[in-house]
Amino acid sequence: MAKVKPRVKVPKKAAVGDAITIKSLISHPMETGLRKDKKTGENIPRRIINRFIASFEGEEIVNVAIEPAVSANPYFQFDMIFPGAGTIRFEWRDDDGTVYDLEKTIAAA
Amino acid sequence: MEMNRRHALVLGTGAFAVAALPVPALAEDNGTQAAIDAFTGGAPVAEGGVEIDAPEIAENGNTVPVEVGAEGASAILLLAAGNPNPGVATFHFGKLSAASGAKTRIRLAETQDLVAVAKLADGGFAKATRAVKVTIGGCGG
Repeated sequence: MAKVKPRVKVPKKAAVGDAITIKSLISHPMETGLRKDKKTGENIPRRIINRFIASFEGEEIVNVAIEPAVSANPYFQFDMIFPGAGTIRFEWRDDDGTVYDLEKTIAAA
Repeated sequence: MEMNRRHALVLGTGAFAVAALPVPALAEDNGTQAAIDAFTGGAPVAEGGVEIDAPEIAENGNTVPVEVGAEGASAILLLAAGNPNPGVATFHFGKLSAASGAKTRIRLAETQDLVAVAKLADGGFAKATRAVKVTIGGCGG
């Protein structure tokens, strides 16, 4: 199984009140559960990231419920109003119960 | 003999027309409407007011870049009407979200319509549809 690795891109600093763009990606196979193993003919069990949450100092920016129709290595890009220096926490929840997370701190310019 | 042939032709055409009819109805329904109803709770949905940005022709159905957005929306439901299951993702936007929009990449099994339903700030719902042509399908690899 390929290693699951989350990555995000946020500005290091921003002016208060500005809209900043946040990009996130996690390497994950996003197995739909519909594919069949070519050798055994059995269904490959579903294993996807079913939820992605980005929050700033505890307040949610986006919360995405994800279905198998999202591509492998799910990518999300969104804009946020920068309220002042603080930390953004990113969280990805796997079907197998694992939670992958990452934190990024942005300074006020 | 001539009568027989004519009859056969008429019958044949009739049978073909009947056979062709149910096909569009089936293609429409992979549960898209049910998913919309579950999201809106049966409330009326206005057309327009939601943006879906996707390529007109997607070469690879495995990763189709899609952007959805609706001014002031608190949630957007994205559906693919031609996939085995209609659901793609549901976005919930918090107060800090700047544009109530997001970009992602999705799988499309075949040429089909994307449907986005937004829950607007006033509690109403709006919907938009966008057709995407898919050259190589994104299911079953």
